[in-house]
Amino acid sequence: MDRTEIEAKLTDLLVDELGIERDDITTDAKFEEDLDVDSLGVVELLMALEDNFGVKIPDEEAEQITTVGEAVDLVELKLNA
Amino acid sequence: MSHVALVTGGSRGIGRAVALRLGSDGHSVAVNYTANPSAAAEVVEAITAAGGAAMAVHADVGDTDAVAAMFSEIEERLGRVGILVNNAGITRDDLLMRMAPDEWDDVIQTNLRSVYLCTRAAMRGMLRLKWGRIISMSSVSGISGNPGQANYAASKAAIIGFSKSVAREIGSRNITVNVVAPGFIETDMTEQLGDEVAEQVIARVALGRLGKPEEIAAAVGYLASDDAAYVTGQTLVVDGGLAL
Repeated sequence: MDRTEIEAKLTDLLVDELGIERDDITTDAKFEEDLDVDSLGVVELLMALEDNFGVKIPDEEAEQITTVGEAVDLVELKLNA
Repeated sequence: MSHVALVTGGSRGIGRAVALRLGSDGHSVAVNYTANPSAAAEVVEAITAAGGAAMAVHADVGDTDAVAAMFSEIEERLGRVGILVNNAGITRDDLLMRMAPDEWDDVIQTNLRSVYLCTRAAMRGMLRLKWGRIISMSSVSGISGNPGQANYAASKAAIIGFSKSVAREIGSRNITVNVVAPGFIETDMTEQLGDEVAEQVIARVALGRLGKPEEIAAAVGYLASDDAAYVTGQTLVVDGGLAL
């Protein structure tokens, strides 16, 4: 799976699971500040990523994620690991 | 609506009555136990004989790895836990002056650490289900205090503060977190008190008798039901009017 596919999937999850406006989602968008996703929402998103991509994201690494781009990076890293 | 329920310490006493009640309410029930596999098997048989689904699952609920393994096993066999009943509890009664550190630690580990571990583990599945009921067993000891039970009362009072905090954290995700505080209920735990203490207690109970495990199970059944959808962060005291 390439980066574009990961981004597309992540965008769908943000729209479907967390009710974010599709137009607001950019690589640099910060979950808490720009997208109004609370800290529990970030946890939920990471769980959805785990389910959808079949990867395991440890809590320590999950805590480092603040932007959409960082989430894509992490999934890409895990998929290629 | 039918869900998967986990009752910690579900083989005996109040936990047994809760497991049977949730089974008869149509939920699939995981009956957790530590020491008594045959008692857990008996509860599972009673639920399945009545047409329900149930499984026994061994785990020391104060142990991190054991709790993780328990949740994996339940998820595999019954599905994601939607109803968690934190019931497992022990007493190591002693006057504080004589209370040894291990009497303190054992009680906090089993009664309180287990609530943290199991609630945390259950939350992941509940967030995915977008529905959940977390019900933890406190005690009137944790509300009014009881001589000889500083450790037990501390663990049971802590459960109330814990539940209120978690209720605030995950209320927006359709997960409720409540507490049931039983008074003196006819179980092995209160039988150890002896007749004389029992009589003294009964004299202070407005309803003039000890409670039955089924009467606590009924409160849990309510909090697990759709009728209690707008109740969270609460402590339901079921004590016959002892702690008034």
